[in-house]
Amino acid sequence: MTTKSQALLNWVDERFPLTSSIKGHLTEYYAPKNFNFWYFFGSLALMVLVIQIVTGIFLVMHYKPDASLNAAGVPVAFASVEYIMRDVPGGWIIRYLHSTGASAFFIVVYLHMFRGLLYGSYRKPRELIWIFGTLIFLVLMAEAFMGYLLPWGQMSFWGAQVIVNLFSAIPLIGPDLSLVIRGDFVVSDATLNRFFSFHVIAVPLVLIGLVAAHIIALHEVGSNNPDGIEIKKKKDANGIPLDGIPFHPYYTVKDIVGVVAFLFFFSAVVFFAPEAGGYFLEFNNFLPADPLVTPLHIAPVWYFTPFYSVLRAVTYPLFGLDAKFWGVVAMGASVVVIAFLPWLDRSPVKSMRYKGPVFKGAVAIFVVCFVILGYLGVLPPTPGRTLVSQICSVLYFAFFLAMPWYSKLDKCKPEPERVTFK
Amino acid sequence: MKSRVISFIKRAAAVALFAPAMAMAAGAVLHLDKAPVSTDPAALQHGAKLFVNYCLNCHGASFLRYNRLQDIGLSEAAIRDNLMFTGEKTGDQMKVAMSRAEAKQWFGAAPPDLTLVARARASEFGSGADWLYTYLRQFHRDPNRPTGWNNLVFPNVGMPNVLWELQGEQVAKAGEHGSTLELVKPGKLSPEEYDKAVADLVSYIVWMGEPVAEKRKVIGMYVLAFLAGLFVLALALKKNYWKDIH
Repeated sequence: MTTKSQALLNWVDERFPLTSSIKGHLTEYYAPKNFNFWYFFGSLALMVLVIQIVTGIFLVMHYKPDASLNAAGVPVAFASVEYIMRDVPGGWIIRYLHSTGASAFFIVVYLHMFRGLLYGSYRKPRELIWIFGTLIFLVLMAEAFMGYLLPWGQMSFWGAQVIVNLFSAIPLIGPDLSLVIRGDFVVSDATLNRFFSFHVIAVPLVLIGLVAAHIIALHEVGSNNPDGIEIKKKKDANGIPLDGIPFHPYYTVKDIVGVVAFLFFFSAVVFFAPEAGGYFLEFNNFLPADPLVTPLHIAPVWYFTPFYSVLRAVTYPLFGLDAKFWGVVAMGASVVVIAFLPWLDRSPVKSMRYKGPVFKGAVAIFVVCFVILGYLGVLPPTPGRTLVSQICSVLYFAFFLAMPWYSKLDKCKPEPERVTFK
Repeated sequence: MKSRVISFIKRAAAVALFAPAMAMAAGAVLHLDKAPVSTDPAALQHGAKLFVNYCLNCHGASFLRYNRLQDIGLSEAAIRDNLMFTGEKTGDQMKVAMSRAEAKQWFGAAPPDLTLVARARASEFGSGADWLYTYLRQFHRDPNRPTGWNNLVFPNVGMPNVLWELQGEQVAKAGEHGSTLELVKPGKLSPEEYDKAVADLVSYIVWMGEPVAEKRKVIGMYVLAFLAGLFVLALALKKNYWKDIH
């Protein structure tokens, strides 16, 4: 480095922790060298967030949150999305990137969370990382839900109607609460405008703050790895973990491979199947919102369906309160319970590699139940399906709530001293 | 490691493939004929002509501008001379002059905008094109309806058979496996010619739903080719950096 640029860098460093931040988070942040396939999804989630923010900025330039009808009898908001799709140069690609990005975000985040479950990434000392992560997931659901109203199609409208009505099931405050959320007695222009405001600024601000907290907490304690052992326990003479490698350049070049592979599949959807068979863009949402025509079957988008199934599985009133209220409680609990995982898992080992058959079986059942719940959430309910979703919901909660016992009972294998490549 | 990833992908693909088939098992089943959708400019132009002559009187296509028809090979002059009948400009959107309130009085419901109908009518029973192709061929005479027409795909629809002079008149005969249709009064076109005309019209409506669709797929091929090349480079870069890590 020339003396002049070195002098400039010194000038900055005396006033802002530039060099030390680069070292602390990149060039001298030591990550375990044995990360596998599952470890791509953290950096991918960050990239999808950037895709959503950048495409979102351009969509806001042309989108109009206005539920009034234009001269052709179409809501202005709905028409503005089609204006983006047809008349804005490159608008269609920006819109498809954003709509596909929403589903991709959940795919990546679900796989990222599953990685945490596989290798015990939530265990001490990473409890706060996990809690921040659960909050990110919660906020992401709010962000997706509000964003889905904006195209003002039939599913946007009726999906929002169903979900906001759920809040009215809460005793005492419920009816007023749903009124405040909607800003009206029905989903209307007022709802559209406040959801727009929340979707483009309020919730993304919270999301970015939580992502920063998630990463700062991670870099404070260091990354877990597929063996679930602490690399900081074995250090060389300079205090560098023996099994650690600097995040940059090693994991930056590795994550680029993951990013390119992800973009390949992502682009395949964007360019060849942006509707993804009605799962990413629901067919009914190509009809403008009509408050007078209720669709026969209102299904939430796929990423909400496991939790929606838990909601519908509760069919009994209890303590004089409506079944709907308990459904809302169960749905809320099914998300919140994830945050308690660090204290529910009492296994002597962190990683699935060394856990015993009981825990492995429990995770397998949990995954099957989660997929079944997600699948049933897309379909209209029948008595048989409700029974299956009730069984799966009970097993879903049992996975978490019985964990303190079965995780302790399990016969685990000994952990290795140093990380391994498998 | 690799084999585990592959088996995971295989299982995920199996779930995704069977989901629609299982969805179909529930509820009423709609039998739709497969629409022979074409992207051939001549077919699309023929479809555009049918659309402007038979549909655009009542239904708008308010998201589409007339000059967008240049994408299917028509010149601006040809659009103005053959497809526009009022004093609009070629940059205008395809709107109808009929007032929505009056339309609602006449038909019971205002005729919906058709720009996106091919995308909105898709379901687990078939694509939106299949629905339209079947619907436009299954009108039949019904003296109990105010318009004198009914439809097997869309029972008690408010719309009469606007294509009757081409198709002729059909009547419904109740059979063991639902109703069947019989042509009792031939139209200007033979049944084969009529099917071909409807196919062209449906192809045009599909094109109108997303005019950029064909271009999108072409760009997509370049994007995927680029990313495949970039993947090889990225992998080589990673391998080079990682050669000393064991």
